[in-house]
Amino acid sequence: MSSNSSPEKVQKTTGLHVGTIEPGVKKVDAIISMDHVHRQFGGLTAVDVEHLEIPRGAITALIGPNGAGKTTLFNLLTGFDKPDTGEWTFDGRNIAGVPAFKLAQMGQVRTFQLTKALGLLTVLENMKLGAKNQKGESFLRSLFPFLWKKQDDEIAEKAMRLLTKFKLDAKKDDFAASLSGGQRKLLEMARALMSDPELVMLDEPMAGVNPALTQSLLDHILDLKKEGMTVLFVEHDMHMVSHIADWVVVLAEGRVVAEGPPTEVMKNPAVIDAYLGSHQDVDLGTVTGRIPKISE
Amino acid sequence: MDWGSILSNTAQSLLSPATMAFALAALGLAVHFGFAGLLNFGIAGFMAVGAYGYAISILTFGLPWWGAALVGLGASVVFAIIMGVPTLRLRGDYLAIVTIAAAEILRLLFLTTAFEEVTGSADGLFGYHASFRASNPFPEGTYGFGPWTYNEVEFWVLVIGLVLVALAALFVWRLMHSPWGRVIKGIREDEDAVRALGKNVFAYKMQALIIGGVIAAVGGIVYALPSAVNPNVYVTSLTFFVWTALLLGGAATVFGPLLGAVLFWVLQSFLSNLLPALVSSGLLPMVSSQQAATLRFVLVGLGLVLLVIFRPQGILGDKRELTFVK
Amino acid sequence: MESVSARGISSPKRVVVAVCVFLLSFLGLMVASPALADTVGEEYDYRISGNVKNEGEALASVRIVVSGDGYSAEVVTDADGKWAIGVPERAIYEVTLDESTLPEGIAVLEGGATQSVEIGPSGSVVQNFFIGEGERVVITLFDQLVQRLIYGVNFGLMLGLAAIGLSLVYGTTGLSNFSHAELVTFGALMAYAFGVVLALPLWLAFPLAVAASAGLGWVQDAGLWKPLRVRGLGLVQLMIVSIGLSLAVRYVFQFFVGGGTMQLPGSGATKIPLFGAVALSTVDLASMAISLVVIILLALWLLHSKTGKATRAISDNAALAAASGIDVDRVVRIVWILASMLAGLSGILWAYFRPGIKWDMGEKILLLMFAAVVLGGLGTAFGALIGALIVGILVETSALVIPSDLKYVGALVLLIAILLVRPQGLLCRIESIG
Repeated sequence: MSSNSSPEKVQKTTGLHVGTIEPGVKKVDAIISMDHVHRQFGGLTAVDVEHLEIPRGAITALIGPNGAGKTTLFNLLTGFDKPDTGEWTFDGRNIAGVPAFKLAQMGQVRTFQLTKALGLLTVLENMKLGAKNQKGESFLRSLFPFLWKKQDDEIAEKAMRLLTKFKLDAKKDDFAASLSGGQRKLLEMARALMSDPELVMLDEPMAGVNPALTQSLLDHILDLKKEGMTVLFVEHDMHMVSHIADWVVVLAEGRVVAEGPPTEVMKNPAVIDAYLGSHQDVDLGTVTGRIPKISE
Repeated sequence: MDWGSILSNTAQSLLSPATMAFALAALGLAVHFGFAGLLNFGIAGFMAVGAYGYAISILTFGLPWWGAALVGLGASVVFAIIMGVPTLRLRGDYLAIVTIAAAEILRLLFLTTAFEEVTGSADGLFGYHASFRASNPFPEGTYGFGPWTYNEVEFWVLVIGLVLVALAALFVWRLMHSPWGRVIKGIREDEDAVRALGKNVFAYKMQALIIGGVIAAVGGIVYALPSAVNPNVYVTSLTFFVWTALLLGGAATVFGPLLGAVLFWVLQSFLSNLLPALVSSGLLPMVSSQQAATLRFVLVGLGLVLLVIFRPQGILGDKRELTFVK
Repeated sequence: MESVSARGISSPKRVVVAVCVFLLSFLGLMVASPALADTVGEEYDYRISGNVKNEGEALASVRIVVSGDGYSAEVVTDADGKWAIGVPERAIYEVTLDESTLPEGIAVLEGGATQSVEIGPSGSVVQNFFIGEGERVVITLFDQLVQRLIYGVNFGLMLGLAAIGLSLVYGTTGLSNFSHAELVTFGALMAYAFGVVLALPLWLAFPLAVAASAGLGWVQDAGLWKPLRVRGLGLVQLMIVSIGLSLAVRYVFQFFVGGGTMQLPGSGATKIPLFGAVALSTVDLASMAISLVVIILLALWLLHSKTGKATRAISDNAALAAASGIDVDRVVRIVWILASMLAGLSGILWAYFRPGIKWDMGEKILLLMFAAVVLGGLGTAFGALIGALIVGILVETSALVIPSDLKYVGALVLLIAILLVRPQGLLCRIESIG
């Protein structure tokens, strides 16, 4: 896993938006579009998004301080949580309330912040699980191997191709629990690709990964874009974000405070406030609009 | 002390209908807990549904024995669905409590005098063997050797029981080595991961519940075949004994439950023959023969405790594969 | 006049009842004609039988209900007015004559339509009612409801003592303790050991029994649960350990006391009619009072004492509590001792309520305890109490509409329903995910 000492210039996609850049701006080609999404836990508003569109074929980063609602928004989008109100579409289809497993079948896969590589299965079994439309997974058909053996072998071949790409092929028969943390992240990503998804959603892919592996992971994510997939990821690492993201959405206190290409977003004073708290005596709510600014 | 009869009785229990019924129940529980990770503490309820479904179909509805067996199995599918719909979305320990409650509700319904006409209430059901005995292909005579000597009826039961155990084991083995089994094993470890991979986790858990339940119901029917159906048999303690047998053999394997059931039953039989003999020959002072019987169950309880602490994977299991062990 | 105890009923009354029962059973043995009466429960070894007559004329199709010790059955008199019900235990039962099945204008004149009867050494007993022309005491549905409500509260308070302990243990350690029922039985057995076997006065025997329960709780945590926690056993494993423990302990109990039912002194005390259809014995009243006092003391302790507050903190968030300097192990030890004490006390009260002590008496209400705890919210003490009251009232009042041997079914169905609709229970707030 050699990495260049200075990463090569990444080709960024531009021209994703229509009109002035501001929170909720329309996109030329949106793969996901959400409206009035609201999620509250007891008295705490976790997510309160008026309108947000995710551009197709690009890498979008979702950033924000801790507790901003990024993972909650992720859970809502992927069907792991139900909103109080809200609608959103995936590829034009209304998917609010659709259960998580159906969304995955529709071409939307996700990884988790705490890696969910199934430790008690082997690496190859993990990969095979990721494939779609497996005949052998139906109860009745599973009893007759001749009905699914051929497809299973094809799936194994595809799995090996992906494992080789992710440099995990030597470990195919090891229990996933015996892999290192970084290797498990790679496995989770490789497994997600088994179903040829349209949209790959990564929840903090760099969390807990040692720096030597970071470049390799970044390259894999860029590869996804090259192969025509859309990527949405949550991240804290600003270098990573500015390095590979085509579009950045900034969340704070559950609301979108800014979005745009990384360079513009980084210069946005509202974003700087949200992260660095330069106006430390000022409640973050004034930035997010929770507390109306009292004009002089 | 008559070692001869102690050993001979113990040997006989190796192939008794009770042992085979237990093996089937343990296999069903292996599908539920060992493979799918479902904490089902109501397995006695499934056995009861099978046994009562069988007996009631013959006595109240006059079906032939194989038709009655199908009804018993069908009833267990319905019971699994009724149990599964509200509970499969629940967390582990909640599921355990609910399954015990469901089995207990069932037992109380079988026990109540309100349905006495059909269920026999506390007396239970008996005298339904005519059709089964009529279909016996073995002519009158004695079969077997040594302690395993049977008349033609007992032999018929034995053959049926063994065939069913073998079929069930093959069935489960096939299932667990297929892609379906792969999904189930994934669910056992982490439902959300499997859900994120596009699998309908609820449907898989329900299927596992039904399959395991049907196998356990077959066990109930095998138990009832040669004897009677009594509500006092299908108590929570029976569930706990099946769990002990399962953990003893190896929860996440196909042969583990079979081995565990046989070992458990043989041990029980050995102790139930040995202990009273020890008492009557004066080797166990201060203990009466009734007390000797309860000692057996004390040992079962202790055995379960030690097993789950020191060797939770049982005899045949692989500790690396277990999800409930930290 | 010797009195049995400060809490028991006066003994001469018991002697009178005993003599009457003996005479009647002697008479009954001579008079009863075998196998002609309408019988139920013939497989049981013990019998209660009788002959319903109005001034010498046999009354047929009169309904008699026998209940007690977790068993209940009913029968109608045959053409000769005879009836017999088999019962499983040599214990105390209540025999009720359903006056609504008597002919118009005929009622039970003396003694009331419900009588307590104890199976003596002969194994069978006769219970007859004094019947004649008269106004029957009409028990309205409302009266019956109130009666059931009060019994339900009594049962619920007693159940609550046990359930609170179960909930506290769950809250602080995460363990669903299936052997909690055996702590209840233990309390009753200790009361019997001290109060009957050693014949100590009850005011001494009961506290000793509760102290013994506390000791058992200490032993359990020190000898088993703490070492297992240190060893790092998973919660499912711990739960299975508690199941194995419950099996072993239950059969140890059976080893020592056999399969029969024993009574504490003062059981089966006559019920004093209070108002409406409600009749409570002094034992019932004392039981409710004790439960209330203990619960109030417990509430004060949980709310105001340092350890009590620490208990609630640990239930809420164990890691945070430990990080704030709370000695979690010490608090858990105290919780185990407390839970065992409450369970032991509950066992003594349960022994008077059933009435009777049996080796598996705790097991019979284990599921009800879980129902109470789940209903109120796993981990909260007050929730367990409210859940127990609801369960107790439900169990007793449901007997009005469903056959009495199914009365536990209502509570069990409620348990499942609650987990469907509101699994966090009535009192817990819903927690955010992740």
